[in-house]
Amino acid sequence: MTAQRAFRRRLHRIYGAYTVGFVAFVLLLAWLERIGLPRSWIGLIFLLATVALYAVIGLLSRTTNPDEYYVAGRRVPAFYNGMAIGADWMSAASFIGLAGTLYLSGYGGLAFILGWTGGFCLVALLLAPYLRKFGQYTIPDFLGERFEGRLPRVVGALAAVLCSFIYLVAQIYGVGLITARLTGLAFEIGIFVGLGGVLVCSFLGGMRAVTWTQVAQYIVLVIAYLVPVVWLSAQQTGDPVPLLSYGEQLKKVSQAEQRLLDDPREAQVIAVFEARAAALDAKLRDVPAALAADRAAAAGRLAALQAADAPLARLQAAAQALNRLPRDTDDARRAWTAARDTDLERARPLAGMPRHAQEFAGDPNGDAAARAAFDDSRRNFLALTFCLMVGTAALPHILTRYYTTPSVKQARESVTWNLLFIVVLYLTAPALAVLVKYEVFNVLVGTPFDHLPAWIGNWSHVDPGLLSVSDVNHDGILQLGEIRIGGDIIVLATPEIAGLPYVVSAMVAAGGLAAALSTADGLLLTITNALSHDLYFRMIDPSAPATRRVTISKALLLMVALAAAYLAAQKPADILFLVAAAFSLAAAALFPALVLGVFWKRANRWGATLGMVAGLGVTLFYMIGTQPWLRGVFGIESPVALWWGIQPISAGMFGVPVGFAVIVVVSLLTPAPSARTQALVESLRYPAVDTK
Amino acid sequence: MSTPEQRRRHWRGNRRLTALLLLLWFGVSFGASWFARNLNFDFFGWPFGFWVASQGALLVYLAIVGVYARAMNRLDHAQGLDEGE
Repeated sequence: MTAQRAFRRRLHRIYGAYTVGFVAFVLLLAWLERIGLPRSWIGLIFLLATVALYAVIGLLSRTTNPDEYYVAGRRVPAFYNGMAIGADWMSAASFIGLAGTLYLSGYGGLAFILGWTGGFCLVALLLAPYLRKFGQYTIPDFLGERFEGRLPRVVGALAAVLCSFIYLVAQIYGVGLITARLTGLAFEIGIFVGLGGVLVCSFLGGMRAVTWTQVAQYIVLVIAYLVPVVWLSAQQTGDPVPLLSYGEQLKKVSQAEQRLLDDPREAQVIAVFEARAAALDAKLRDVPAALAADRAAAAGRLAALQAADAPLARLQAAAQALNRLPRDTDDARRAWTAARDTDLERARPLAGMPRHAQEFAGDPNGDAAARAAFDDSRRNFLALTFCLMVGTAALPHILTRYYTTPSVKQARESVTWNLLFIVVLYLTAPALAVLVKYEVFNVLVGTPFDHLPAWIGNWSHVDPGLLSVSDVNHDGILQLGEIRIGGDIIVLATPEIAGLPYVVSAMVAAGGLAAALSTADGLLLTITNALSHDLYFRMIDPSAPATRRVTISKALLLMVALAAAYLAAQKPADILFLVAAAFSLAAAALFPALVLGVFWKRANRWGATLGMVAGLGVTLFYMIGTQPWLRGVFGIESPVALWWGIQPISAGMFGVPVGFAVIVVVSLLTPAPSARTQALVESLRYPAVDTK
Repeated sequence: MSTPEQRRRHWRGNRRLTALLLLLWFGVSFGASWFARNLNFDFFGWPFGFWVASQGALLVYLAIVGVYARAMNRLDHAQGLDEGE
């Protein structure tokens, strides 16, 4: 008890000094920037310094002791476990993507906020204390022990590997993206540099190293997220705490929306896009003829220039235009359809964004179409919230963390701490989205093109996919419809929008890197533990000595990390879908078995095994049948049939109830678990009984 | 050491508390969202539905988790199931 207290005091001292050191480091760089250190150097220094720091913590915590390697010796105090979970939890998607999603989809994006915080209620009430009482190493450990056998353990381990791996690919993708931005290296090289950062932590010291690095990473990422928002808020509203005052900004955004909807110049821009789409539509009606006409026109222009003996540059340009035309009719159809869809998308009012404060699309009191749109949008909002919540309470890399506290009591308390640390960021993201929207709607829109702020030029130079502006209606003034904005820019550009020095931008990128690295660490560890501990040690060679298990775990870690990096380098489907898919799969496969395992003694081996398979199966089936990218991969041609209009992103909506139902029905049809297992379930429920 | 009677009471109290807090969780998450459009009266400058989903619900979640941890610690103590950390 006194040892624990002394340990806690030591941690407070170390991390207190660390935080002060980090702030001093940022201030030092800010000073160096003022005396003229170039930007690329600042980005590089930030990247190397933070990754080196994580590596040092990893090195200092290296271990081969299984208790230390798998569960950090079970002595992580609630407060620090909360912080580590915070970093483990907040991925690149939360840090970089969330504010952007909120900016683009308004109220609809709040499903992510609700889902990613509310899920911790399920963790706290239904799982964390019981898993801590059980007190083994992995989630499949629980499934194997509780459901008496290898089969539930194998199925659980495979499900854990599947959802963690999908999530891991998304994280490594994020790592590559940020490293590339921060250093100017190519994306693929960025992935492998970032991978090095992940490996030095988890490779040497397992959970112990990951935990203490994650605490350090949480501190970096929370400072990096809050500083620019506080600054922007102080600038806009005079109040550094945006949480109380951004309601006012939201009101102004709503007024601006109305103004922009009525603005004739916005209507002009929309008309231009509609005309472009109509022209493409006309070409699409007879592709061969249109393509031939385009070719003839381009060739004619080239011939005319040649005949007129035009300068070489113009001749080359005309030849290139001819070359750039689609090669054949299929190519042309594809290119023109895509271009038309983009034009139609951009021809919508408010650049396709819904009104920010409006709950759901459509109108419950409108005509039939508006009512249907409202119902559909509301149903999907709730379904997404549900899947994210239940997925939160089933992702193995989070649940394993509750094994690392010294007691059941501290496991419960660590949920409170981790939710607090997470909520700090999730309360800020919607505020940031509104503040940036205010800046864009009220300050940026209506600016003449030759007076645009510098950050627009900077970012459209870095990546036109993130931000591009063009004077569509040729009036020399920027309209909302003329801005193309990618969600990821919101967080990355905030420091510049707020007029902060470059060092803060570098800090934000380092924060995003910390978020992605810490999540990747946790996931990687979960995957390799499932493979080495649950499959190898428990299935193949139960007599393997502890150190060999840890060694095998490390070897697997390397292979899994390389496989994930390889996949991420292929730039698969969009990141948000990958993340949401991981949540839906975890929710459907693991949540019913875990919860019924604790709360229903009658749940047995066959029920749990078939329930996991059924939940996973239904979710995968629905996703593969409805998600465009997966349909392409599996070559499905039949028309998309949505069930009750639920989007593929929320496929877990069907998998979770099926999982529960199958476990209940099959368990009741097959014999009850043994008395020993029932006694185990009983003991899970009381903190102080039969402690191991 | 705890008696079977104490354990029975502990488990009953635990289940009741869990059910109550889950009900609250459900109401805030899904009830409030379902009626969000009807709830957009002005709340300190925010439309209420928007405020709940962006701030109110999060604070309630925090309260749920905090209350559970505290109440369970007390219940452990009352029924002699303290771990004696």
